[in-house]
Amino acid sequence: MDNDIDATAGKHLRGKYAVVGVGETGYVRGTDCNTRTLATRAVRAAMEDAGLSNLEVDGMLSYSNNDSTTSPLVAGDLGIRLNFYMDVYGGGSSTEALIGIAMGVIEAGMCNTVAIFRAMNGYSQVRIGGTGGAGTRAPLSGGGLFGRAYGLMSAGQMFSQSFMRHMYDYGTTPEQVAMVKVIHSEHASNNPKAYYKQRVTVDDVLSSRMIVKPLHLLDCCVETDNGTAIIVTRIDRARDCRHTPAVIQSVVGRCSKPRADMHYQAGPISTVAGHYAKDILWPNAGVGPEDIDATGSYDAFTFTTMLQLEDYGFCKKGEGGDYVSSGVTRLGGERPNNTSGGHLCEGYTHGINMVIENVRQLRGDVDDSCPVGPDGKRQHTYDYREGGCRQIENCELTANLGWAHPGTGSAMVMARGG
Amino acid sequence: MPLEGEYLDMPVRVDELDRDHFEFFGHCGNGELRLQQCSACGLKRYPPTTACPWCAHPDSTWELVEGKGTLYSYGEVHHAIQPVFREFAPYLLLLVELDEQRDTPNPYDGLRITGNLATSDGDLAPPELVGQVGIGTRLRVVFKQIGEGIALPLWCIDEDAEQPAEPWRYPIE
Repeated sequence: MDNDIDATAGKHLRGKYAVVGVGETGYVRGTDCNTRTLATRAVRAAMEDAGLSNLEVDGMLSYSNNDSTTSPLVAGDLGIRLNFYMDVYGGGSSTEALIGIAMGVIEAGMCNTVAIFRAMNGYSQVRIGGTGGAGTRAPLSGGGLFGRAYGLMSAGQMFSQSFMRHMYDYGTTPEQVAMVKVIHSEHASNNPKAYYKQRVTVDDVLSSRMIVKPLHLLDCCVETDNGTAIIVTRIDRARDCRHTPAVIQSVVGRCSKPRADMHYQAGPISTVAGHYAKDILWPNAGVGPEDIDATGSYDAFTFTTMLQLEDYGFCKKGEGGDYVSSGVTRLGGERPNNTSGGHLCEGYTHGINMVIENVRQLRGDVDDSCPVGPDGKRQHTYDYREGGCRQIENCELTANLGWAHPGTGSAMVMARGG
Repeated sequence: MPLEGEYLDMPVRVDELDRDHFEFFGHCGNGELRLQQCSACGLKRYPPTTACPWCAHPDSTWELVEGKGTLYSYGEVHHAIQPVFREFAPYLLLLVELDEQRDTPNPYDGLRITGNLATSDGDLAPPELVGQVGIGTRLRVVFKQIGEGIALPLWCIDEDAEQPAEPWRYPIE
């Protein structure tokens, strides 16, 4: 039996669903509230953005690493009566996967409009790396003897071998990969809400202290406190919402390499889950990487952005170092990546802020410093110098590439609605 | 009776109900690196699993492997997150490819085992040893006893093996 996805059929959901609302709190270090409050603020902001009342949202999804609030509490706080909800375990590959679930449950007639949130005090409460957490002191059981006993705990430590092997296999250099941070910092300098707005150089990255080779401090993303939310509904309802819909063309959820439990056993390890996900993403969307105007390639680390762009086919395998250092991914380049500054600079949300950014890009309405005109719309200058514009001209198609670890990823293509 | 011990001030306890890990670390306690071998398809696997990752068969036997291999990739931790590891930084996160079952059953598949670089006594390696090791270095397993009948497998430079002239290391020291 062949279990390959039949990408020639089942495309009936292409163009049938849309992201109609996005909302967020600030991206800060030093929260002023718990995750329940963050989630409530973000979902409320997304409803307002969509022009939907609490009576018009009837589904809710969230994801966390058991470090956050749950849907019934947030829905209760906002007076939302739920026809469907689910709070799932997981981090970086969740946003796109949950969007797929939202489409599925609406299609099944289980509800009409779904709010998806991620609320985390990722700096003030539970830091992802486990720094100083109880996890570093608990007794070692069977599984822990393969991880914590070897000082192998944080994401950077767990991914380091894939990153290093890519350098070995393809001659990728530290200078090339550092350009991911350089470019995302340029984008963040045009994003008033980014946590790190300072532009950095390749030298800044390579002279920052080593965390785990090959990762310097500036190869690693920021940890922040934030609530973030998006709202998904059917395209016919989307047309009644406030903004131009970001229409979902294709979605892939937690697609994995063989041995997702221990992916290092199946090689080559310098290839990541996008290698498999691309064969669902592009045929179902009916477009290819060359058609995409902007990418949101998950940047937990500089390397994760590069590995995914490569395995989704934005460049040839092994040429990711050239691609991310060529200027293609810079604002003003052919295909900018993470125009908000992403996880490296804007804030850490486990992927959802990169979807929010691409929704705004497709609307032609990113929240940069350009002046707001008399019609209430921002008058974008397309001058990408520091402190300036970060809107892409004529942004029609975007791709989000979510990352859990080298063995698992999610993805989505969105188009500007008519 | 569970396997109990302590390693770097971390208490260790592997329950009998966790049968695959219990067996793996028990063999290590006897100074043997044994991996599960599927009773149906004959492929070995790592780490311990409850069924065969290739054919899904539930039965396996624990077979001795030589415990020699080549460094396939590594990370080098300079900022230790766990307080107990701070005094050992920089330390290496090794991925060692065993000589057995390379490129099997598919090209680029292999038995790739995680661990730290150690001295031949099983103590975490000092900086001068860390600086000698790179992709291609030949390594052999060494066991650190951490309790009654339980040991942790680590890796040391294989003094008897032919070593590459210059193993591949990250270009910035």
